[in-house]
Amino acid sequence: MLGEAAVLAGCRFYAGYPITPQNELPEYLSGRLPQVGGTFIQGESEIASINMIIGATAAGARAMTSSSSPGISLKQEGISYLAGMELPAVIANTMRGGPGLGNIAPSAADYFQATRGGGHGDYRTPVLAPSGCQELAEMTFLAFDIADKYRTPVMILGDGMMGQTMEPVVFPDPIDPKDLPRRDYILDGCKGREPRAIYSMILDINLMYQHNLKLLEKYEQITANETRWDTVGTDGAEIVVVAYGTAARIAESAIEELAGRGPKIGLFRPITLWPFPTKQLRSLSENVSKIAVFEFSAGQMLEDVIMSVGDRAEIYFYGVPGGIVPTPAEVAGFLSSVNSGDGKVGRRIEV
Amino acid sequence: MSGEPALKYEKVFGRPESLKDNYTHYCPGCGHSIAHRLVAECIDELGLREKTIGVPPVGCAVLAYNYFNFDMIEAPHGRPLALATGIKRTVPDKFVFTYQGDGDLAAIGTAETIHAANRGERISTVFINNAIYGMTGGQMAPTTLLGQEATTTPGGRDARYHGQPIDISRMLAVCDGVVYIERCSLSGVKQIRSAKRAIKKAFRCQLDDLGFALVELLSPCPTNWKMSPKQAWEWVNKVMVNTYPLGVIKDTTGYED
Repeated sequence: MLGEAAVLAGCRFYAGYPITPQNELPEYLSGRLPQVGGTFIQGESEIASINMIIGATAAGARAMTSSSSPGISLKQEGISYLAGMELPAVIANTMRGGPGLGNIAPSAADYFQATRGGGHGDYRTPVLAPSGCQELAEMTFLAFDIADKYRTPVMILGDGMMGQTMEPVVFPDPIDPKDLPRRDYILDGCKGREPRAIYSMILDINLMYQHNLKLLEKYEQITANETRWDTVGTDGAEIVVVAYGTAARIAESAIEELAGRGPKIGLFRPITLWPFPTKQLRSLSENVSKIAVFEFSAGQMLEDVIMSVGDRAEIYFYGVPGGIVPTPAEVAGFLSSVNSGDGKVGRRIEV
Repeated sequence: MSGEPALKYEKVFGRPESLKDNYTHYCPGCGHSIAHRLVAECIDELGLREKTIGVPPVGCAVLAYNYFNFDMIEAPHGRPLALATGIKRTVPDKFVFTYQGDGDLAAIGTAETIHAANRGERISTVFINNAIYGMTGGQMAPTTLLGQEATTTPGGRDARYHGQPIDISRMLAVCDGVVYIERCSLSGVKQIRSAKRAIKKAFRCQLDDLGFALVELLSPCPTNWKMSPKQAWEWVNKVMVNTYPLGVIKDTTGYED
């Protein structure tokens, strides 16, 4: 699904190394990309694959790689280079349990890595967190567009559950790569122009400082223009659940289960994890008494929620790390505990 | 002046168009400047400058984009051949080469090197083997000779303790995707002329769509060998060639030189 969306979005180069639970994507693209004149390479490692992406995007292709948590760790060096060299690329992470080799069950334990840079250096990676197949299809297009517009790597962050989900999807209209604006910085031979060099090493500290300021300005623009979130039933809600990705869908079911019993509960769903919808959550928290954070981790997005909400509302947290996917009933139990304050499921976060 | 006949000069030697008019940062006696010139001459003579994309390494040649007068892109340490693969597959009609040192190609980037070669990527590689880490100040390279002093091999490289020097060119020769590998040196006029012939031949392999080709250049590093440039040439010719003998290692091109 992600593979077809990528092809329709004009992606013509994919390199990746097999890792569960996301092998359906490279398997699909291995047959599909050659049909549209694109290139699929099964790299000898995640490191080689992300570097093939650097080469392909520098030569003008819309390029993508994908992996799951341990493999994404290996790609971080390349992602840092993409950021430093200001090259667009899309990286899909289908998260699994960790740390280390972990397991192959759905997890959301890579939030810190995804939103805090992951690799070395002062940079940011826009992170898109779809919560279903339709949104994933649309966000694949968006990921390539943001990457091109701002000349930055963009991450699509899903989990093992999403990687295995099948849902009907309506794809956006296909993009012919020939119709995309020609990038004026790519390497295609210096015929009729001065030679170009693409690099991230800037030994002069003043120039490096300027380069960092330029990147910072770009990240501020991305924050201003590309922050995305969704809300469900937050008007007049006393409790608002904050959850993203698959966790948000489970939370939505839990909220439906509790409807008509107890106080009104809404859902705030960050769609971009970086930039995090800080202002939007902050203003929402002015009008609710309790914020309930639910994620498949020991508490990572929680930190962004704390920074957004502060002491404007009580914050409760229910995090399930390790690859366990709670049922809507279990999340409903958490929300009941949030309401009653009995502390049976989840815990209160003191700010 | 007016009564004398005007002198007519014929230009017989000059800077290749593929080299920028910049001073290099290379040390006196370093092989990189010579290797740069040879690469530039070959690219000029084959008329490739305007369709060339070069990928330098991390190491002493990391700034090669300041010296070569065509498109270039930096690669993370050891990854030039993976990156070049992405370029060549995207723009197969361009000429793509990597220029890598021994640490880049034969230590941290060994996997990328072997697999790009084994895939038979239509890429040409110039491999500078100076048996030492130059830019970081003289540590052991994968190619450091037994007994050779480096800052991390006090008393000299010991096979049992530090491991053997690696002959990656011979390792690559067993890969079916590789069509041509030759080892030359930059330690004498005759050797340098031979090196140029080999580089040009490796470039032709790509132009003729034959497969992967690599030229290894034994290259003097007087600074980190703690020798004069002349001593360094002699050391290459008398010592280094015993571990890394010069000559064709693999050639399935069918070219008549």
